[in-house]
Amino acid sequence: MRALVAVKRVIDYAIKIRVKPDKTGVIKENVQHSMNPFDEIALEEAVRLKEKQIVKEVVAVSLGPSKSQETLRTALAKGADRAIHVEVEEAIAEKIEPLLVAKILKRIAETEKPDLIFLGKQAIDDDYGQTAQLLAGLLSWPQAMYASVIEQESDKTFIVTREVDGGRESIRIKIPAVISADLRLNEPRYATLPNIMKAKNKPLEKKKPSDYGIEIAQQTQILEVTEPPVRKFGVFVEDVPSLVTKLKEMGVV
Amino acid sequence: MNGIRFFSGHLPKRYDILQIAFRFTSTLVLAEHTGDKLNPITLNAVNAALKLGEISVLVAGTNITNIAEQVAKVEQVKRVFIADHEKLKHQLPEYVAKTVETLQKQYKFDYIVAGASTFSRDILPRAAAQFDSAPVTDIIAIHNSDTFTRPIYAGNALCKIKTTAPVKFLTFRGTAFKPAKESGGNGKIEKVPEADFSFDGVEFLSQELLKSERPDLQSAKVIVSGGRGVGSADNFKIIYELADKLKAAVGASRAAVDAGYVSNELQVGQTGKVVAPELYIAVGISGAIQHTAGMKDSKIIVAINKDSDAPIFEIADIGLKADLHKVVPELIEAL
Repeated sequence: MRALVAVKRVIDYAIKIRVKPDKTGVIKENVQHSMNPFDEIALEEAVRLKEKQIVKEVVAVSLGPSKSQETLRTALAKGADRAIHVEVEEAIAEKIEPLLVAKILKRIAETEKPDLIFLGKQAIDDDYGQTAQLLAGLLSWPQAMYASVIEQESDKTFIVTREVDGGRESIRIKIPAVISADLRLNEPRYATLPNIMKAKNKPLEKKKPSDYGIEIAQQTQILEVTEPPVRKFGVFVEDVPSLVTKLKEMGVV
Repeated sequence: MNGIRFFSGHLPKRYDILQIAFRFTSTLVLAEHTGDKLNPITLNAVNAALKLGEISVLVAGTNITNIAEQVAKVEQVKRVFIADHEKLKHQLPEYVAKTVETLQKQYKFDYIVAGASTFSRDILPRAAAQFDSAPVTDIIAIHNSDTFTRPIYAGNALCKIKTTAPVKFLTFRGTAFKPAKESGGNGKIEKVPEADFSFDGVEFLSQELLKSERPDLQSAKVIVSGGRGVGSADNFKIIYELADKLKAAVGASRAAVDAGYVSNELQVGQTGKVVAPELYIAVGISGAIQHTAGMKDSKIIVAINKDSDAPIFEIADIGLKADLHKVVPELIEAL
């Protein structure tokens, strides 16, 4: 069984982002980037399935500027066997929407023929949370989104527990299928130094969207990126009675 | 499409100009329900959709006549499509998306929309893929027929976008739009043409829903949330007691969920639920951006934390620097 894992390079989750003064986007230069946390979880799951000898090969894919190769090297260090980098210029990468990513992943799936495609449930930069579902739709494959437990049932089927609004539900999916990872799926490992060294020799194939016959087109145009409204500074109270008085004054209790 | 229809005149005045601009358009709203209850976020979605065009609502599932009748009475709803089929029983995205696709091929809506939730996130993009349309999710403001604002980077920036998607698949944040009135409408109930349900790649097995007597997190007026500072699952009972006193819903930070104090469904934040109650009481929550993304639009925020440097105090209206184990019982007593 082959697993394809899509990983995205994003601004590190711990960074407090800043909006560009000209309102065209957020400042990305000289800002710490790392692998999207949900993608790390997706990758970890694929690697664990390989360790359980359910999956034979894990292929990591990333779409983005040349620096995305660092993210792919991290994926290789964490256990992916090989990587595919679909390169686009930095300025274009900013504009790429989930639909285009899904179209390219579909083409890659047609040549790589994976049995499972893993993605994170959302990227923490654009917060769209669409790519996995769009991809499953384009491929007409079953989708198991927000997965928190994945178990192989037979050669062709997996049982997946999903985190949904009211609780959790369990479904049976037939491969090939698309799975998106929820936070609770696993605890991703750290890449060890020897593995980081070894990852340097693992194959990393370079591609362009045009190699897949895909033209960069946009349906969503960013008009303006702004700071959210700032909340007014609040007050401190000394003790519980003054808290209660204050809440009563405000008419909320 | 059924040609041109005009809105009847009892809409609020401020919508008049928008109505003139958009009256030739039609919108399909996906109703979210549990089989016997309509999820209130559907009403927020209907209200947001009122700014876009004439409203039809899709109710998919089994034994859903009651839900459909309830939806038909919602203000301005013109049509309710019922899709009742065994395959739709658990509303799996594969089958609901197929129903949406079938309906869209026949009626050619301009917009297909829903409230932002795991339900709609599951279905809308899958359906959008069939129409080569890029969806726009988590909308918090509608500027005109194709321009919307949505938060990015965990709500730390707002992005205004214009979409040229052939069919506009949109989801609206429930907290950003008022609910539509549950009366005044007189929608015509119709059956949906049956979709091709031969797909057999997925099967529903079981579900485990959180049962609670407390109000639902996303529609609660008051929320009491606990974080890592609460210390243990056992200690969380003071959070529940305080919530009961205030008739509030209980929420949690990701740290509290990850530590196993409470279950995942209670998580408020970027990757959990987005809430905007009248009063949000954050107890033992540091206020990481991941968490504040889900609650910073609350009307009044109260923070109780013993760490005076906790970032939660930067957004709190009222802060109390104290040990929660001491002050929360006092607060329960005082209320």
